[in-house]
Amino acid sequence: MSEELNAGCERPASGPVEDVQAVEPIKELDNPMIKEKKMIQVGKKAPDFTAAGYHNNNFVNVTLSEHLGKWVVLCFYPGDFTFV
Amino acid sequence: MSIDSMFVHKMWNDHELSKMVKDGVPFPMLSDAGGKIGTLYGVYDPDAGVENRGRFLIDPDGIVQGFEVLTPPVGRNVSETLRQIQAFQLVRASKGAEATPSGWKPGKHVLNPGIDLVGKVWENWTTDMAFD
Repeated sequence: MSEELNAGCERPASGPVEDVQAVEPIKELDNPMIKEKKMIQVGKKAPDFTAAGYHNNNFVNVTLSEHLGKWVVLCFYPGDFTFV
Repeated sequence: MSIDSMFVHKMWNDHELSKMVKDGVPFPMLSDAGGKIGTLYGVYDPDAGVENRGRFLIDPDGIVQGFEVLTPPVGRNVSETLRQIQAFQLVRASKGAEATPSGWKPGKHVLNPGIDLVGKVWENWTTDMAFD
């Protein structure tokens, strides 16, 4: 499900995989400084992404769409060595 | 997922988390340097330079079924996350024939949405069922 990485100095590319259109743009007309803001919506496709990570004593590259067919819990937290 | 590098994830796992959980974290700890993915999901705070506590439930078709976002000082309730997954799995397995009312947990009464249920929820569900 994930591609193994070498522990070199280079940082593997991470970020959105494809169409950011999966996320509905919301226009904030009241504030002309903010052109538009993206917002996740329930019932809509989760934006795909690839990210480097650590798993089972390996450095790996993980892509969300490789996990289709399974339930996924995606958790964000402020930082390592804090609580979750 | 956090803005920390995969190297810091390894150090946190090896030096602290593995002391809380035998054999360490069983799932991938992902790195979102620069907050690009967090921005996409609406949880990255550019002023603080870190992600908020966002939690997204994504079904086997890649559809977001639910999410919760908290500011950093308050931690999450993992039992509630598991309960929601169990509820979504039940609904999915029934192909929408069953729904889980407020307070549902495995083993508790489900509802069968349809014309026969209109005006009859009170016969099938009471307010005390919203609580443990």
